Amino acid sequence: MHTRTGRLLPYTLLLPSIVFLAVLIVIPMAQALLLSFATDSGGFTLENFRRMLADVSFSDAWRNTFLLLLLIVPLQVALALAMALLVNSRFRGHRWFFLIYTIPLAVSDLAAGLLWLAAFTERGYLNSVLQNAGVIGQPVLWLSFDNFAGLVTAIVIAESWRTTAMVLLVLIAGLELIPRDVLETAELFGASRFRRTVHVVLPLLRPSLQSALVIRTIFAFQTFAVVFALAGRNLPVLAGEAYSWYATNQDERLAAAYGVVILGLSIAAIVVYLRLLGPREAEVQR
Amino acid sequence: MNARVLDRTLLYGSAVVLAIWVLIPFYLIAVSAFTPQSNIADYPKPLLPSAVSIATMQLFLESSGIVPAVLNSVIVALLTVVVGLALGVPAAYALARLRFRGREAFRAVVLVTKMFPIAILAIPLAVIFVRLGLYDNLISVALVHAAMALPFVILIVGGAFVASSTDLEEAAETLGSSRWGAFLRVALPPAMPGLAAAAIFAFVISWNEVFAASILTVRTRTLPAQILASLSTSPLALKLVAGFFMVLPAVVFIILIRRYVRAVWGPR
Repeated sequence: MHTRTGRLLPYTLLLPSIVFLAVLIVIPMAQALLLSFATDSGGFTLENFRRMLADVSFSDAWRNTFLLLLLIVPLQVALALAMALLVNSRFRGHRWFFLIYTIPLAVSDLAAGLLWLAAFTERGYLNSVLQNAGVIGQPVLWLSFDNFAGLVTAIVIAESWRTTAMVLLVLIAGLELIPRDVLETAELFGASRFRRTVHVVLPLLRPSLQSALVIRTIFAFQTFAVVFALAGRNLPVLAGEAYSWYATNQDERLAAAYGVVILGLSIAAIVVYLRLLGPREAEVQR
Repeated sequence: MNARVLDRTLLYGSAVVLAIWVLIPFYLIAVSAFTPQSNIADYPKPLLPSAVSIATMQLFLESSGIVPAVLNSVIVALLTVVVGLALGVPAAYALARLRFRGREAFRAVVLVTKMFPIAILAIPLAVIFVRLGLYDNLISVALVHAAMALPFVILIVGGAFVASSTDLEEAAETLGSSRWGAFLRVALPPAMPGLAAAAIFAFVISWNEVFAASILTVRTRTLPAQILASLSTSPLALKLVAGFFMVLPAVVFIILIRRYVRAVWGPR
């Protein structure tokens, strides 16, 4: 067993993956920095970032990205927490509900935008229901370019709806780490379901809640197709600007500058994530 | 007794409300996709469709670029599956079955790449691919999608290898089987459903991905890239059908592999 090849075996098996990821992550990251910071002749320049900051859409994109993040992340964590606690109470049929709650995991951000388009257009289902109920007299233009609140609401609903499933999986995994006997003891001492949830489950679930928050934050910096589907170009976001500068304006250096901003934000969030996870990893270690 | 009944009612009530919230957009898009052309502009719309037609679906499939885009998407997704499994299965086996120095470090690499915004790297990659003559090529899109899928493949397949017994494999080796033979005959068969689930998950990641696919292609567009590019010009009815068409296979696939989906966003 402990032959030379035996000892080298794990590294031989991992090498292809490591090389592949290095080539597809490290090289393009270096290229992104080169594109955004270097002149054609190879000198250092801040010109691309200056142009990015001067662009009229930049401050809007920056504000909108963080506004969506601040609205979407708490909403989906709350929804996912409700789902996770319900499923984890193991009532009869909980498996079916868990399956239903995880279905949006299959939906891309572009498709989520298109799905909710059916609800939010002028002659869509939301206006139809409101009109039939007598709440509105004429259709509301939810997705009009001058209805900022309407656009934001539609995007927040579509993106929270889609990504709640991912948060749910993180929280369910966390709930399963809580020993059953802890809960049984609390029950034995007469704690109600509500008190057990607030005083026992939630504190123990904190690490999972934290990692769900950070994971979703990282993904929020990449949000763009759901925005394009519902708002077109009327609501700039960082990833959307990166796409537009590359695909529409064919300015790869400015697109790369936006890319560097998104990468920087994501890497900062990943560092926070690893810090949070550090002590917990040790705890769970077998 | 009354408190108990109330408790049950609250529990099931909330569970049902949340289920309706999750399911309602699927219902609305399905109804929209099969609404006859003559009823598309109806307002207020009835929640139950009065007539059903596949005319809009046909129009979507016949509109220029859709059929080739679907084919491109399938090719890219299949390439993603092949590359993802070829790289991921050996790595998953090493992580699940072997003890070695650097194991925890590699685990951390998997964890980080799972979250890393690889799609954004399509911008610098596009510049590199232009130079290499790989731009606007399905292979380049598949390589990026494989990098995105790889950590998930490693996690799902690794889980399958952990679940199957190590003892049997060692016994086979003691009885004179080669390591490779023991792997093929003993370790691999029980892990096959896990491999299938990982393949399906990789397929769905690629089928859904839009940012990198849009940046890396101009003429050989995948379906999401094609739909994104025509968003500002296509009529609403076609956009809704497009949404339905994109979502349907992905949802079926995720339901098929529901047992394995839990591992994907677990604690590690």
